[in-house]
Amino acid sequence: MNTATKEQLLQAIEEAATATTLADAVKALAEAQIPETIPNLIRALNYNNPGAAVAAVDGLIALGKDSVPDLLNLLDDYNYGARAWALRALSGIGDPRSHHLLVDTALNDFALSVRRAAARGLGSIHWEWIAPEEAQTLQKTSLDALCQICHDPEWIVRYAGISGLECLGQQPNTEMRSIALHHLQQAQQTDTETAVRARAQLAIDRLT
Amino acid sequence: MDAPIDSSPQITVEQAIDNLIGPDLGLRFYSAWWLGKFQVRSPLAIERLTQALKDEDDRTEDGGYPFRRNAARALGKLDAQESVPALIEALDCEDYYVREAAAQSLEMLGSAVAIPALVRRLNNGLIETELNPQVPDLYEPYDALMEALGTLNAQEHVASVAPFLDHPVPRVQYAADRAMYQLTGDAAYGNLLIEALKGDDLQLRRAALSDVGAIGYLPAADAIAETLAENSLKLIALKGVLEKQILPDSSELSEGAIHVMNLMDSLL
Repeated sequence: MNTATKEQLLQAIEEAATATTLADAVKALAEAQIPETIPNLIRALNYNNPGAAVAAVDGLIALGKDSVPDLLNLLDDYNYGARAWALRALSGIGDPRSHHLLVDTALNDFALSVRRAAARGLGSIHWEWIAPEEAQTLQKTSLDALCQICHDPEWIVRYAGISGLECLGQQPNTEMRSIALHHLQQAQQTDTETAVRARAQLAIDRLT
Repeated sequence: MDAPIDSSPQITVEQAIDNLIGPDLGLRFYSAWWLGKFQVRSPLAIERLTQALKDEDDRTEDGGYPFRRNAARALGKLDAQESVPALIEALDCEDYYVREAAAQSLEMLGSAVAIPALVRRLNNGLIETELNPQVPDLYEPYDALMEALGTLNAQEHVASVAPFLDHPVPRVQYAADRAMYQLTGDAAYGNLLIEALKGDDLQLRRAALSDVGAIGYLPAADAIAETLAENSLKLIALKGVLEKQILPDSSELSEGAIHVMNLMDSLL
């Protein structure tokens, strides 16, 4: 598979006749990890084919930073299904350039799967990619947002917010850790969903 | 795919309950759904929804009863135990979708008293102990009936469920797998659902995800995470598995529970 050229891989996507062959073709392209095909992988998020989208997201995350400018630029034009996948890629990459977008999306997007992906991403940003002072300011914004997200009406968004709080609580900042723990304990005691309470318990166990 | 956070037009609880006996059939239908969706556990709402199971005003061209369908669905969501006898009667409604909704609500309500009526409908698909050879027989909502019998732990009726393992419609097969697993605890049935997660048809993979989540089958957790389907559906299925691993009186998390949550984290 690795011997296939970029052109062959792209052609396989063009020629795919069924959902399964399309997903396989996108997977092959994603696994080839060719930076010039980032726009093609981003386009695959829009095929309404979950198999293709999963493969493309994995490929974009593995390509890392290089995908970020294109993902940020193209995000506006996309339908909500594709946005969710794009956000997932950005969340997985964890580039601080997407921080502002992730905060706004996690709090305000109308689609729950998009809020979910953004909430998860807020916890896994590569803070070491930016200066410590800048990181601290952004982390404070993340913390405020995640505490709010723990009250989202949808259980899965709260669940994602808790996982984000756990990650943020692992940062070497005792004040932030104690605020995160406070909100986690609240969720562990009061959330209406067993799964959310269990995730809060796990986060508390890992932070204490 | 996702519902907006607030999709409802402005309507109050009082209006919704009044609408149930108002002149506008569309509003009756909508209000029955709305009361269930927002879980308005008002005695008057429940009384009117129960009466709605006998509604004769709202009919489709082919004789269906839309208002009865929504009322039957809402009563389950409202935990309306007092509506159980009326829901059991609704299992004999001539409208397939009313019977389906009634079976689903009786399942949600945990109504073991409904077991004989559910089995009676399920047996309509059998001749003696064999499947009705008319192919494919979809006269009854077999999947909903078996799902209810599984959840209600109707162990004495395994013989009625088992023939449906060979039903020609995969969705019905899965429901039989699911119920047989619940009734016997035999991993072989859970494993059939794991196989179904690998099928070629997205709709069927989605159906299998829902079934495997409903039985909370821990050995399926990795297969769920790897299924080619939307993460939202995989997360819901894993939530079902996770909740089965949580003991009510313990804050100690089992290895299985932690494993499921790690999988869920990877799908967010």
